[in-house]
Amino acid sequence: MANSLDIESVKVIVFQLGDKEYAIPVNQVQGIEKTMHITRVPKTPKYVKGVINLRGVVTPIIDLRDRFNVKSSVENENTRIIIISLDEMEVGFIVDAANDVMDIPKVAIEPQPEVVGSYEEEFISGVAKVDRRLLILLNLEKVLDTLK
Amino acid sequence: MDTNQYLEVFIDESKEHLQSCNENLLALEQSPHDLAIVNEIFRNAHTLKGMSATMGFEDLADLTHKMENVLDAIRNEKITVTPEILDVVFESVDHLEAMIDDIANGGDGKHDVTATVAKLKHIENGEPFNGVDQSTEELSVNEHKSSDEALHYDEFELTVIQQSHEQDFNTFEIAVHLREDCLLKAARVFMVFDILEKLGDVIKSSPTVEKLEEEEFDNDFYVALVTKDSASDVQKKLLKVSEVENVTVTNIDYQKLAKQEVAVTVVEEVSPQPVVQNTTTKSVAPKTNANKASEKKPSHTSSKTIRVNIERLDILMNLFEELVIDRGRLQSIASELNHSELNETVERMSRISGDLQNIILTMRMVPVETVFNRFPKMVRQLTRDLHKKVHLEIIGAETELDRTVIDELGDPLVHLIRNALDHGIENPEIRKAAGKPEEGKVVLRAYHSGNHVFIELEDDGAGINREKVLEKAISRGIVSAESAESLTDNQVNELILASGFSTADVISDISGRGVGLDVVKSTIESLGGNITIDSTEGRGSLFSVQLPLTLSIISVMLVEIEKEIYAIPLSSIIETSIIRKSDIMNAHNQKVIDFRGKVVPLVFLEEIFEVPRNETTEEEFHSVVLVRKGEKMAGLVVDSFIGQQEIVLKSLGNYLTNVFAISGATILGNGKVALIIDCNSLIK
Repeated sequence: MANSLDIESVKVIVFQLGDKEYAIPVNQVQGIEKTMHITRVPKTPKYVKGVINLRGVVTPIIDLRDRFNVKSSVENENTRIIIISLDEMEVGFIVDAANDVMDIPKVAIEPQPEVVGSYEEEFISGVAKVDRRLLILLNLEKVLDTLK
Repeated sequence: MDTNQYLEVFIDESKEHLQSCNENLLALEQSPHDLAIVNEIFRNAHTLKGMSATMGFEDLADLTHKMENVLDAIRNEKITVTPEILDVVFESVDHLEAMIDDIANGGDGKHDVTATVAKLKHIENGEPFNGVDQSTEELSVNEHKSSDEALHYDEFELTVIQQSHEQDFNTFEIAVHLREDCLLKAARVFMVFDILEKLGDVIKSSPTVEKLEEEEFDNDFYVALVTKDSASDVQKKLLKVSEVENVTVTNIDYQKLAKQEVAVTVVEEVSPQPVVQNTTTKSVAPKTNANKASEKKPSHTSSKTIRVNIERLDILMNLFEELVIDRGRLQSIASELNHSELNETVERMSRISGDLQNIILTMRMVPVETVFNRFPKMVRQLTRDLHKKVHLEIIGAETELDRTVIDELGDPLVHLIRNALDHGIENPEIRKAAGKPEEGKVVLRAYHSGNHVFIELEDDGAGINREKVLEKAISRGIVSAESAESLTDNQVNELILASGFSTADVISDISGRGVGLDVVKSTIESLGGNITIDSTEGRGSLFSVQLPLTLSIISVMLVEIEKEIYAIPLSSIIETSIIRKSDIMNAHNQKVIDFRGKVVPLVFLEEIFEVPRNETTEEEFHSVVLVRKGEKMAGLVVDSFIGQQEIVLKSLGNYLTNVFAISGATILGNGKVALIIDCNSLIK
């Protein structure tokens, strides 16, 4: 089987929020952008920061720190917007830093997020331990759920 | 052969050929002796046949082939064109369109066309064709239940029956009645036929065997059988089939049938007369028409086009906007550096990109012809159905409109035309009595005016009866009896666009399909247009539809609140005004102003949109944008006006749907996003 590697591991983008590392499958990521001007959209939930002009496409931006109720850190030069695409929705996530791309072996993923007992629990599809790092795998359907 | 990759091309081209068929058929009806038109239709049909056969759509190819045969016969002057023959050809084209639509929707293009094929064959064989033949056949089908004369035999079958008699066979007509609760009707039919075929030969069945197999019958069916067995034997054997409740076997009386056949042919001979009359009256006309046709011909030149997915155009447009934004930056850099060669280059680039922008915008434009060209045929059909005489004139079919508007426009127009033909144009007798020409006139007109396209439908029919409309509106509770008196004629006319209104006393099949003109109004308004009606009783009506040139570009007024920029569509703005703080009054906890004698509520956008303020400054004057929603008004309070601008409309995407009071967004010259305010949701 030529693609046995694909079956056994999943390629993810790793990013940082506060002191935790999160992961999104690379096939759901459209790109990573530096921060730019965000136009506020009134009467939307707090975590919707507004919309940006992403090469001519108006794209909504979610601040994951507000979505997960973790303490906001100050925007700095590492702050990035990760553009993800799911079910014909394009949405940008504000993250503290986008770290790297890596392959997580499927065996390293634990489906039960018992490790984390916080608010973001419902957005988590699993936890992976790679080397000495703990990566939290996000369930994007849940993250984008409420406004659908 | 894998033909999937050609499917799209096939569908598009087939549609073009069919449309051309339709147009030419209409032209043929006007000048029935112009063989050049027949040749044109023949070529279209021939190409279509070839294409569909290659693509493996046998039914399509088959029907086209039959149609082609008829056209060939016309071409070779074996048969002459009559409206009845054209009816059948039109019918075939309708079927072909349905098949193509089916294929376009992922179907296999199968369609029951047996009746049409039979009619085409009929014509092709040069038998005197007339509509009566078909209707008697239909009648006899309907009469199955009541009369014993269930089956109707053609000449060939009669000969078979006659010969069977001569050879001492029995011919029976068998009526089989299945139990009401019979579950597997097709299976029972199969068992019955199985027995019958062992007994002898089945000459005919009603409904047809195909329909029986598809269970397209109630509980009865009829079979004509030639056998050596006796009637009672046949009956007994058939009753053995379970769920068969009743079997009646009757002898076919050949003598009687033969007589009836004569009677029918007599009827047939009477009916063609109007056809003859038609052709004679027409034969006067063609002489003038022939000239017209020859003049017209050169206009039928099609420009070369390619088909582009509209999504790709959108992407092109987005990329181009990026370029425009960079152009802006480049311009400001160039002016700072003040380098003459750079300035020149940037200027040239600006001009070229300006032209480019225009071209990209007009790439989405399509002539309204694509919608209009289906109407002549529709009007022809309707006039025949309604027994009216109507001449449809189309003006300005080359007027261009945005593709997205065109796609939405078809249905409302169909509705308006149906309405004009059904309610507007009177019957020929009434028209004659009123001193008008018997033939009604309907004009469909399109033209540009400013930033809008107007599409008008004018008829010289009965017009709108004020009393009748008011009476109905009052009875439906749309207006009160008191206010009805003060309405202007135009206001009364517009009542027919109100929901739940239909001026027809009897709901007809043509325009009373459960939807009124209110649907037309709402569709047109959803496109950002509006519709007005002018009408003079006894003289006719004019429906005028005003539409924006494109949906993707709108004129807005940009306003600023703190550092945020919002766009307010010009279509909802009445005017802008600056008011003194002391002019604001309070009514029911609502701040209002007196605007030209009208009390207008104020909406502070800053509060509604929760704009973050650094410091609250008390201004003496307020900038107000007065907007309207129908008759209601409101004043939107902003910090300052920036100015009027044309913007490209964008959606907020699939994630942010239903944001309060925001209908979309646009990208400003500096690359930032500005939100478009939906005034309708701000006015209660």
